[in-house]
Amino acid sequence: MLEKAFLGGRKYWIWMGCLLLVMAAGFISWLYQFRVGLGVTGMSRDISWGVYIANFTFLVGVAAAAVMVVIPYYIHHYKAFGRITILAEFLGVSAVLMCLLFILVDLGNPVRALNVALHPTPRSILFWDMIVLNGYLFLNIFIGWNVLMAERKGSPPPGWLKPVIYLSIPWAISIHTVTAFLYAGLPGRHFWLTAIMAARFLSSAFAAGPAMLIIFCLIVRKTTRFDPGREQIRTLSGIVTYAMILNVFFFLLECFTAFYSTIPGHMHTIQYLFAGLHGHTGLVPWMWTSAFFWVVSLILLIVPAARRADDVLAVACVAVFIGCWIDKGVGLVIGGFIPNPLEHITEYVATLPEVLITLGVWATGFFVMSALYKVAITVKEETGA
Amino acid sequence: MGVNRRKFLKIAGVSALGAAASPATEALAITPTEWLDKQLGGFSIPEFLLHFFHKPAGSQPAEALTATRWAMAVNVRMLDEEIVEACMEACHKIHNVPHIENPKREIKWIWHDEYEHVFPGQENEYIDENLQKLPFLVLCNHCFNPPCCRVCPTKATFKRKSDGVVMMDMHRCIGCRFCMAACPFGARSFNWVDPRKFIKEEEQNPEYPTRAKGVVEKCQFCAERLAKGQMPACVEAAQEICKKKGREPALVFGDLDDPNSEVRQVLRSHYSIRRKPELGTQPNVYYIV
Repeated sequence: MLEKAFLGGRKYWIWMGCLLLVMAAGFISWLYQFRVGLGVTGMSRDISWGVYIANFTFLVGVAAAAVMVVIPYYIHHYKAFGRITILAEFLGVSAVLMCLLFILVDLGNPVRALNVALHPTPRSILFWDMIVLNGYLFLNIFIGWNVLMAERKGSPPPGWLKPVIYLSIPWAISIHTVTAFLYAGLPGRHFWLTAIMAARFLSSAFAAGPAMLIIFCLIVRKTTRFDPGREQIRTLSGIVTYAMILNVFFFLLECFTAFYSTIPGHMHTIQYLFAGLHGHTGLVPWMWTSAFFWVVSLILLIVPAARRADDVLAVACVAVFIGCWIDKGVGLVIGGFIPNPLEHITEYVATLPEVLITLGVWATGFFVMSALYKVAITVKEETGA
Repeated sequence: MGVNRRKFLKIAGVSALGAAASPATEALAITPTEWLDKQLGGFSIPEFLLHFFHKPAGSQPAEALTATRWAMAVNVRMLDEEIVEACMEACHKIHNVPHIENPKREIKWIWHDEYEHVFPGQENEYIDENLQKLPFLVLCNHCFNPPCCRVCPTKATFKRKSDGVVMMDMHRCIGCRFCMAACPFGARSFNWVDPRKFIKEEEQNPEYPTRAKGVVEKCQFCAERLAKGQMPACVEAAQEICKKKGREPALVFGDLDDPNSEVRQVLRSHYSIRRKPELGTQPNVYYIV
């Protein structure tokens, strides 16, 4: 079935070629980083995680798109989603793949990465993150591929696949919960030390993931003979709307606790992010951009007439995507390190090699996703779905 | 003779392959039995197995300083610029800590900061100005309940069972920097670049390993010196100057579990505080202010 990924038109190959170029630039930058050390990045003794871990955290969320389609289809028998489960699962595959790559490029000693398996340490959340991420990657490839094979033969998916699909639902929840626990259990990092961290991860995941899926569905409709369907996109947009409202609500809860209690440690990071702290304002423009996109997306999503127009919906979804990316990546991860444990402020700016490596990983994800989508959509076109 | 796991596996593996590999061993003019005998170091096979599966606690050389819970008391009133600098230099020189100017890349095991930064949240506007200016020495707290060890995915950082020293295995660390995010005291440094380029050859201490890029490092309470019966480098450096100046010792090091130890005596006679006690990490570095 994979051979279908090689049977594309001119535009397909130009697209894949461009991605390969970006991947190559990223790979060369990574070789440079491998040689010199992580000193080629903007990270520092104080900001010890940067844009790699930020993107990793965000993409764990995107992987959730799958479960938001799987639950309605398999649990609530919402038949319309049958058309797009495969698209959601393959989006999940490429998102998790990017997550794993981002962790790998962030390691100071990537050649020792297997030490995590060689010296398994269950008390470390990172150990569990390795298990849930790899597991989710495997589950989505396995389920997606089998469902697609069945579809090509014109038969329903095999019965034994059902339990595996059911397993993938709590598993999807687990990748967000475990990733949130990476942050939420650290003493002394006030911004991260919050019980609703996992809930915030889930809400932003269920907004950003399906938002990306909508964008891809609209692109698929424009560029191929397969139409993911009007109803499907409409239902997805409803999911994005609810999730986005919850996401903003959870953020406001954090603000209330910090600013009504006025406990300095709880307020510091939020102050730094939105107003600057002791004259350091590096992330302020980013955060207000994020807030702007949040508001725009909420308005466009909540007004029914706006949400139902495809073009407006596309804008709203891009707004959700950008808003969540800044909030979760830039704000959450980098903000958590400011101020440092001795209440000094070091700021962070990504460097060129760092940005190229990041783009390279994204390109790799898009490359894999494009190939998988090509396979899935060719099958769907052939079976006349 | 100690028998470690690696050796055991080697012997087990070779014995199993013995038959197949016999021509090769003959070529080396030693029979497999002789070879095995040599490897077992005079032990019979049952003795060897017993030794392997029932390991006695890691033994220390006779001259080693031992304790069940090492701790340090920093008498801040006895500190001054000179002592603090001497402590930092002694530590960083002995442990081949590179001197990197760029604060973003810097590596430090022991350094100093002001009261308001060492004890954030406990400062107030009207606090004694002298206290405000005192150089507070800071280093790894060797917490009784260390969050860094909890989060490490490879046990590359761990609390030594025998005496509570929080240590690093530089050969196992994958450089994920989770421990740096977890440490509430900023005690850990990461080798962003090759540190060896920043150590002058003539200043290098050949007795202590240098590190490679990509690993995290920090103070180890001078575990290597304790094993030789010496006090930590900073404690020794501070003691020397304090003696010269006729002061009480600024740094006191000892066993918290021993009620007669010097550290217990100073903690009994002086009021002391610890950094961020509300986090429950239970630092083993105490400050007398």
